[in-house]
Amino acid sequence: MKETDIHDKFLHEENKKREVIAPDGSIIEIDPLQDYFCDARPQINEPFKIKVIEKFLNWARAESIWVLGFGTGCGSIEIPPLVTPRFDAFRYGVQMRATPRQSNAFIISGYLSVKTLKRVIRSYEQMQSPKYVIALGSCTINGGMYWDSYNTINRLDHYLPVDVYIAGCMPRPEALLAGFMKLKELIKAGKAEKANEYIENLDWYKANQKKIIRDWNMPDYNW
Amino acid sequence: MEFTVSKILWTLLGLFIVLNWGLIMSGIMRKIVARVGKRYGIPLYQPYIDLIKNYAIRSQITHGVMFYLGPVFRLSGGVGIFLFLPLIFGSEHWSNFSFSGDLVLILYFQFFGMLGMALGAGEGGHPNSAIGISRGLSQFTTIEVPMTLAVISLAIQYNTLSIAEIVAAQQGGIANWTMLTNPFATAAAMLSLLGAFGHSPFNLVKAPNEIPIGPPTEYHATFLGVLRTNAAILHVVEAALFMNLFFGGATNWFELILKTFLIYFWSVFVGVVFPRFRIEQSVRWFLKIPLALGIIAIIVMI
Repeated sequence: MKETDIHDKFLHEENKKREVIAPDGSIIEIDPLQDYFCDARPQINEPFKIKVIEKFLNWARAESIWVLGFGTGCGSIEIPPLVTPRFDAFRYGVQMRATPRQSNAFIISGYLSVKTLKRVIRSYEQMQSPKYVIALGSCTINGGMYWDSYNTINRLDHYLPVDVYIAGCMPRPEALLAGFMKLKELIKAGKAEKANEYIENLDWYKANQKKIIRDWNMPDYNW
Repeated sequence: MEFTVSKILWTLLGLFIVLNWGLIMSGIMRKIVARVGKRYGIPLYQPYIDLIKNYAIRSQITHGVMFYLGPVFRLSGGVGIFLFLPLIFGSEHWSNFSFSGDLVLILYFQFFGMLGMALGAGEGGHPNSAIGISRGLSQFTTIEVPMTLAVISLAIQYNTLSIAEIVAAQQGGIANWTMLTNPFATAAAMLSLLGAFGHSPFNLVKAPNEIPIGPPTEYHATFLGVLRTNAAILHVVEAALFMNLFFGGATNWFELILKTFLIYFWSVFVGVVFPRFRIEQSVRWFLKIPLALGIIAIIVMI
């Protein structure tokens, strides 16, 4: 089978090429993957040329981390205590956002099933650069207690670039706060450039992702 | 109304002060809400950092021309209200470009930003945006009814549509304020103000945790920065408009800051006490008591 045939096999009905009759009676051809999504290859977003300004901007980025409200696995239960009175991450400029467009940090909170990985990749690619990934729990490091599961991935950094790992099963909210502090240090030092790393090694990441996601039915790169 | 260079510079300085006070005020209010929830809360300067961060995002995407213009319309709505609003009574520099019919223009500008935002967010194409827009427009339409009735009542009472003249008529002590001379109009307008500021129970436009973020779901980076800049300006000028109409205006910046803070605090205070309405509850609520108060205010003045 050719690659395009495999591509079509898993495509949802509404995403397949089709012909539609317009209100004026003419026939238009619609290819949703071309028309609704932008599949242009992403470009590297260089840091600001003047170092002093980039340092200032990095300080602002570090002090205002907006986290995508996306829970995977058991670790997502550690997020609510983080933003409520006991641990109150708002003190450190960590705030939750509900849309990937406005978020800067993505917490992968525990094991990732293949089905969720697909959604995680889509959400991650919709986030705007610079963006950071925090991997929470041992499941993201080597699979943890799910290392021989048939349906979860073992090493997250084969599929997404990870800035900070937080080990444990489960790490408590204190550990998560410590992870945020570490992420802040990295951002302020200008070392949290993993979003560009992802674009530089895009082919390698995409090959890994496609190896495990068999029903790949979306554009190669989701804006 | 003259357009001299110094006049424009004074107005820009006023805009700068209003923007900064708006950012500080939103920080204070979020701190208050956090303390009510027994949290420590954000640092007071967090809105500034968020703003810098949003402008510093490196990549942006667009969904089309209207998507660009949405935040621009929104910002011109906020700045438009500011331009035609006399901030400090009796001050040559801070009365901006107010003229004899400015009250009508300001009522128009309140809707202008929302409509522009609706077009822009609609082009973003996210379902949550569409839900947020339909909620926002239907709620704001019902807010406008008691607010407009209150304004008409004021126009009958003072026989003018100029904000500066309405403020002038209220000078000379608290007994002259519209709050006491026309309590029904004040009550109707202050209740509709709750909806205009969009705090709980009327925060179903942005509705955190329900239709996350609402209309600006697709907006990010500089787009969001412009929206947040506008929000800071809009909060102060809306409060300043109500201060001018009902609470005697301000004769200096300290008075303006104190009164706008208290007026904005009124909506935050109600917000932390009451949970969120659904859209049909909210629309019905505005068409009951506030509408009745607005009609009474007109009947009393006639």
